[in-house]
Parts: sequence; structure tokens; C-alpha cells
Amino acid sequence: MTTKVLVPSGVLGLGFDREALALGVAEGADIIAIDGGSTDSGPFYLGTAQSKYARATCKAEWRDLMLARAQLDVPLVIGSAGTCGADSMVDWMLALTQELAVELGQSPKIALLYSEQSQTTLQSRWSQISPLAAAPAFEQQDIDTLSHCVALAGVEQIQAALDTGADIIIAGRCTDTAVIAALPISRGEHVAAAWHGGKIAECGALCTSHPVTGCVMLEVDQTGFTIRPLHPDAQCTPHSVSAHMLYENADPVVLYEPGGHLDVSTAQYRALDERSVRVEGSTWIKAERYTVKLEAARIRGYQYSLLALVRDPHYVKHIRQWSAHLQGFLHRLIEDTMGELDYDLQLRLIGVDATLGELEFVESHPVEVGVLGLITASSDDQAQEIAKLCNPHFLHFSLTDDEPSVTFAFPYSPAETSRGAQYEFVFNHVMELIEPMDGFRLKVVS
Amino acid sequence: MKTIGDYAKLIRSKNAGPFWLSVDIFAEAQYAVLCNRLDNQKIAEAFKVPPDSLKRFDLDDLRVIKLSLPRPVVQGATADRDQHGAQYAHLVSALGLLPDGDR
Repeated sequence: MTTKVLVPSGVLGLGFDREALALGVAEGADIIAIDGGSTDSGPFYLGTAQSKYARATCKAEWRDLMLARAQLDVPLVIGSAGTCGADSMVDWMLALTQELAVELGQSPKIALLYSEQSQTTLQSRWSQISPLAAAPAFEQQDIDTLSHCVALAGVEQIQAALDTGADIIIAGRCTDTAVIAALPISRGEHVAAAWHGGKIAECGALCTSHPVTGCVMLEVDQTGFTIRPLHPDAQCTPHSVSAHMLYENADPVVLYEPGGHLDVSTAQYRALDERSVRVEGSTWIKAERYTVKLEAARIRGYQYSLLALVRDPHYVKHIRQWSAHLQGFLHRLIEDTMGELDYDLQLRLIGVDATLGELEFVESHPVEVGVLGLITASSDDQAQEIAKLCNPHFLHFSLTDDEPSVTFAFPYSPAETSRGAQYEFVFNHVMELIEPMDGFRLKVVS
Repeated sequence: MKTIGDYAKLIRSKNAGPFWLSVDIFAEAQYAVLCNRLDNQKIAEAFKVPPDSLKRFDLDDLRVIKLSLPRPVVQGATADRDQHGAQYAHLVSALGLLPDGDR
């Protein structure tokens, strides 16, 4: 048997070529699968349970996918709903789906898979949680500091959702590959090929010559998989396909997933024609323990930013010295005025080394420098107070005491801007489960 | 002095999750040169990480050299300057190579 998976793009919200989607629908598929999220844009989205993409964008794209699904009469599945895959974002995606169902005159059966892990669950399962390489230090007593924690579901949990017979599956956090690999594995296709194909197709057309076209068709059978773009101008080549295995992956031949790992070191990539690539020979190694990865975010402080623009050539020339003096001056002033505080003050010199910091190796000669001040403190009020204290010195600080007074440029008023609560990722851990649905919840609505 | 960037067709870097950074050097025609003369010690120094934390994979079929290391700063931490880690590629690109025949 062959199982055809239509992957419209790397993530809902990034866009896809509508003609390419129509071509995919015309030729038929057994499932439409798309990813909805990632940790890639930082801890804020999980910390606050928010979507990175605009609701209007997600709705416009989801409308096309719901129409495609109805036309094909196959399941439509989205994983890691609403960027972070928190429970409330599964409900956000459900509300959007129900709105569209009314507008389109559809009445789909919808399965919801929830991945969030409560503090109570984490407390009771602490002995089943263990750190991975480069994991930050985290103790059991830190659990109550977490804003949100999710576990990454694998194919088993997506399969449980598919088994309900739902037309649309909205999953919370899961691995990018699992939404694609679930149905082929259920139907008895080659397990390693399903995972490997899932990894290659998870970013849509990023494995092709035309990444912006989005849509790819993945065909998984009993011996391997075939991948090709749906847009007529795009091509998959053995190089474009095998190179995607490297993307966002620390190890180029091994991919860890719930329940085991994929090894592609013996995989063969072969061009079938000018556009399609056939892949065989990867292996799936089942793990002795069934573990799922955890992701969590918590507040690390409250932040204000300040931005001053320095155009005065004398100051630009001596900007590092000026910045070091200002930083020292401000630390003393803050302590003298507000007492000993737990805060962080950074001056980042845009035009000098703001991107690489101490790793910067080029001595630049900019015409102007943006001085970005970042103040992080334990409360919003305290961060604001420190920012206001810094404000006049960002505007007027002299290089030496015997110079004429100076005023730099503030690009807007007020110069200090609240950046609200700041979050940090805290887990790079796995949790062992007795059986895969342990810790995940499934709900069916119509 | 010619740099890694002068030899490679493309160098990209990206987070591999919030705690790891991955750098892919697409060497293409200059794969043999880069394989032989890429200076692991110098790369570790450029990132200010211990040399043994840097993993290197020479992928003959793809003519790609992949480097993986714990992120110099965890993504989203107070000191992080690049949430996606994509600009670290330019740190690698500007590095020189070992002298010919050194390895």
C-alpha cells in the first residue's frame, strides 16, 4: 500500500502557493498534515500561550485547508497549534475552526489532543523526568515557577486522535514529524520511512528548489518514501532532500522522537525524475523506555528598553569607552539612589557589536551608533524606575568632565519602552510514560 | 588570507532547539579543502566554547560540514542577542583555515 500525505507548508501562518495546493487536491491524498508551531521564536509564546502569527493569517490559510479537506474527504491534522501548543491554543484553533465551519457550511467532527502538563502532574511524576545534554539546572522545587509546560506528543497520540474518525485533528504540542508520520505508520507502511519522510516534509517546500511554494506530496510505502513538490516550477533533488535532514538538527543522521530514534546513516537518495526523489534504507530503533520531551517557560524578569542615537563623530569614535563609562556610572547611581537591587543593565551598541557581542571580531567605523539599553528587574515598576533613572544620562552623558555638554538623539518620546514580562526556557528534559496516552488528553467535538 | 566563507558556497546557522546551535557549511566543490583545513580549535575559540563541546560531522555525500555546539547563550536568556541563532554563521564565515597540508 502507499499512503499519500499532502503537506501544505512548514507552518500554518507562513503562507503557501494556492495553485500548488489545488494541484495536490486534484491528484488526491490520504491526509493533509501541517505543523502549527515551534520553539524557534523564543520562550515568550509558550510563556504567555500566544500565537506568533496573526489570527487573520491563520484563518485565511486554514480556510483553504478546510476546503481542500472537504473536497478530498480525508483527515486534516495540525500539530503544535498556535505556535506553542498549550491547551488554550488548541481551544483558540478550535474556535477558529468552528467559525470557519459556520462560514463554509461544514459540520466536521473535530478531535482535540491536549499536551499541557500541569504543575501537579510534574510534581507527581518528578522521578520520571530526566535531563538531556545541555539542560539547564532545574530542581523539583522550581516547578511552581513555571508559566506553561507542554510535552511533545509523537505518532501514538496523533494515531489515537485519528482513530476517533475525526475529520479535523487539532493537536497541542507534538513533534513536527509526528503529524506527518502518524497515518503512514498506522496503515502499516515502513516505519523508518514514515519518520524520515516526516522530517524531510516538515518544513514543506524547504526541501525543494522553491521554498516559498510551500506544498509537497509525500508518498510512503512498505520500502521507503518518495517526495516531490506540488508547484510545477519547483524540483526536489537528492541534494535538496538529504540536506534538509541537517536543518535545525544537532545530529545530521539521528533524530530522536517519542519511543525511539531514526537513523538515516544508511539511507539512499535517488532521483526518480527531474522533480521527485526516492529514499530508502533508513532505520528506526525502538527505545526501551517510552519518553516524551518537555518544554516549559517561566518569567525571568520585567524589562524596559531605551534607545539613544549617537551621530556626533567624536562620540562615535570613542563609543566603546563612552559606553563603558556610562555603564559604570549608572550602576553606581542606581545603587546610590535605589539601594542594592537585583537587576540587569545591558548597553548594546548597534553598528558596533550588538549582534555578536563579545564574539564580534571586526572593528567597524560606523557613521552613527544606536545605543540600546536593556533593563531587566524583578518587577515592572522597578524596571520602569531604573529606566527613568537612566533616561537623562542616555541623552546627555559626557565622555569626560571637561567637555561641552552634549545631547544625543532620542528617536521617540518617551525614550523608555515597557517590554513587559520576559520569559526563559527551563526544560531540556524528557518524561518517561507507562503508555503513550498517559499525560495527554483527547476530546471529540462536532 | 582566504576565509572559510571564501571557499564555501553557503554557510547557515540556526537553533537546533533552544539549547543547541547548528552550523552547516555547504562546501560544494571545495569540500576536500575545507575538510582538510577547517580548524576546529579556532572555531571553538571564535565561539568561546571548550573545543570538546564542538561536534563536527563531515558529510561526504552532501559535501557539507556540520558543526553542533551548545548555544553560547541559551535562546531567550537575558544575554541572548540573536533569538534564532542565524547570524552566528558570519562568525564562522570569517575564520581562516589551517595551512595547506597541516592535517
